[in-house]
Amino acid sequence: MVELQGIPVSPGVAIGPALVLDADGYRIPRCLVAADDAEDEYARLSQAVDFVSARLETNRLETSAAAGNSTGDIFAAQLQMLHDPRLHAELGRRIRDDHQSAPYAVSRVLNNYATALRRLDNPLLADRAEDVLDIEKQLLFELGAVTRQPLADLSEPVIVLAHGLSPSETANLDRRYVRGFCTETGGPGGHTAIVAKGLELPAVVGIGPFLDSVNSAGTVIVDGDRGRVIIDPDEQVLCEYRKRLADRRSLTARLAELKDLPAETADGLKLQLSANIEFPSEAEGCLQRGADGIGLYRTEFLYLASEREPSEEDHYEAYSQVVREMDGRPVVIRTLDLGADKMGKRPHAEYEHNPSLGLRSIRLSLRNSNLFRPQLRAILRAAVLGDIRIMFPLITTIGELRQARMLLNVVAEDLQDSGVPYRSDIPVGMMVEVPAAVVMLDVFAREVDFFSIGTNDLAQYTLAVDRSNEYVANLYQSCDPAVLRLIAHSIEVANANNIPISVCGEMSSNPARALLLIGMGVRCLSVPPSALHRLKKAIRSVTSEQCRQIAERVMKLETAKDVDLYLLDRLEALVPELVVS
Amino acid sequence: MTNDSSLSTVVVVRNPQGLHARPADMLVRLANQFDSTIKIGKGSEHVDCKSILSLLTLGAAAGTELSISAFGSDADAAIQAIVELFEAGFHEMNDEE
Repeated sequence: MVELQGIPVSPGVAIGPALVLDADGYRIPRCLVAADDAEDEYARLSQAVDFVSARLETNRLETSAAAGNSTGDIFAAQLQMLHDPRLHAELGRRIRDDHQSAPYAVSRVLNNYATALRRLDNPLLADRAEDVLDIEKQLLFELGAVTRQPLADLSEPVIVLAHGLSPSETANLDRRYVRGFCTETGGPGGHTAIVAKGLELPAVVGIGPFLDSVNSAGTVIVDGDRGRVIIDPDEQVLCEYRKRLADRRSLTARLAELKDLPAETADGLKLQLSANIEFPSEAEGCLQRGADGIGLYRTEFLYLASEREPSEEDHYEAYSQVVREMDGRPVVIRTLDLGADKMGKRPHAEYEHNPSLGLRSIRLSLRNSNLFRPQLRAILRAAVLGDIRIMFPLITTIGELRQARMLLNVVAEDLQDSGVPYRSDIPVGMMVEVPAAVVMLDVFAREVDFFSIGTNDLAQYTLAVDRSNEYVANLYQSCDPAVLRLIAHSIEVANANNIPISVCGEMSSNPARALLLIGMGVRCLSVPPSALHRLKKAIRSVTSEQCRQIAERVMKLETAKDVDLYLLDRLEALVPELVVS
Repeated sequence: MTNDSSLSTVVVVRNPQGLHARPADMLVRLANQFDSTIKIGKGSEHVDCKSILSLLTLGAAAGTELSISAFGSDADAAIQAIVELFEAGFHEMNDEE
């Protein structure tokens, strides 16, 4: 039995056989060929190169036709890499002189290039490492050294153990069989974490190197509550976790019975409990769990899920699906909230030294109106179908808000001129996630219809901590008293101006913190769908006066740790069922 | 008697994204149009301008100074064409919004 500690990013427990992926999902053993066979081995490689070359050329032509030349050029660059003279010289030397097998030579040489590119510490070139590894995989496939994608064609439940998983890989995990995952790399604020939570896959990341010591056949327990991973557990631990799994299932079943009851406190204070989503397909689940609406629709995945930029129709289809599904309930669409740090291979991605303080979110959108306009048009068009509201992220100055609103008006006029059906009177809101916005909130209150506090970024900018930076992530505390004071001030200003304010960050999905927020005066919360039932249970178990008392006490505390301990204590007393043992 | 000549010059990476895949691909295509041996260098590291993987691993960000040297019968024309490509920012600047 081996016990590992990592960062818990998606709660829950999963037990199952391990599916170990190495850094790239496959492993090529060192293998030599007889000296006499070296020339044949090289000929085998040349043939594989020809096959891969033909396929890349087809990809290039088809992609250029469908998405334009600049996208098709991704494959042109890959073709260039495949035919690189230095690459062939190195492969030739390894096969002809060192008598290495073609797959082994390919794997070594291309991995070396990928490592060199990653080491440059330039996100744009780190992505080229993926191109290099992609070529490696294709060559290995042609050489018969790789037979299939390990994550495709699953037929039994597994726990995935990997060096790292990208957000799109996580999104594409086969939910029928993958029960949970743990990775060597990753942090709490990454998109992979958000996707895992969205998919309700128990996950632990940032464990550090451990794959080398794992036998792929063993049983693994992923404890997404505590960040613990247990490999080959003994019978006693296994029994303990099986019991926890069973307890959880029965709690889940009991909580699910609350779905049709209103989110109101024991003394009748009504709250609006909405859900945060990333994918249109999540809307159905939100409805089934009794969400009052979609409080935060993150549209980033439209951009991250595909190689090309989403078209107006891509946006429109996604938004239409959500608004139809929600059947008259409000849907708050947050416009693109990505930065150069996460845009990957997009043409707008620029290398920045400090992306958290750089060209991200609304700043990126305002700088690239060709990117922004199609999204705005699609939102206004989809608003015809139901209660859609638009929300701008990372607004820092009133000028940015005005510019964004102006662009929205311009887009509306364009739609009017071309006779396309749209709604112009949709509510416009902004995220409150920068201290500057909190300080100036009375000014913003005159020009928006609603506020939503994004606690993740607000904590990051208040505490000057990049939560994805492993060296300082421990300093990131959303319950830090400084953050709480900014939230309290925001609520006060919003209430004084009669502007609805909600909290849609990670903070509200924690039942104890949600009770604190209610005590501070928040009446709308938006949380991941998986947290809806637990939150409703917490809300229905307390009175508004108890929440008020919690807030009063918390605002006198001096450290995040004191706040967390006190909140946990109160939750244990008021809603003991929700405190996981 | 040979017409071969050896020439060298210094260029600066002007396009904001640096020498990433697309410009590197363009540079290799251009270099391949010449018979000369063309080397490109950053600091003390000099690589074959006809190898895209070498170009990428130079990791030349915007503002990087690179030395270009060419040896062969068409070295002059090669240097001139490469300098023009760098000066035009690999025709990428116009794509920026």
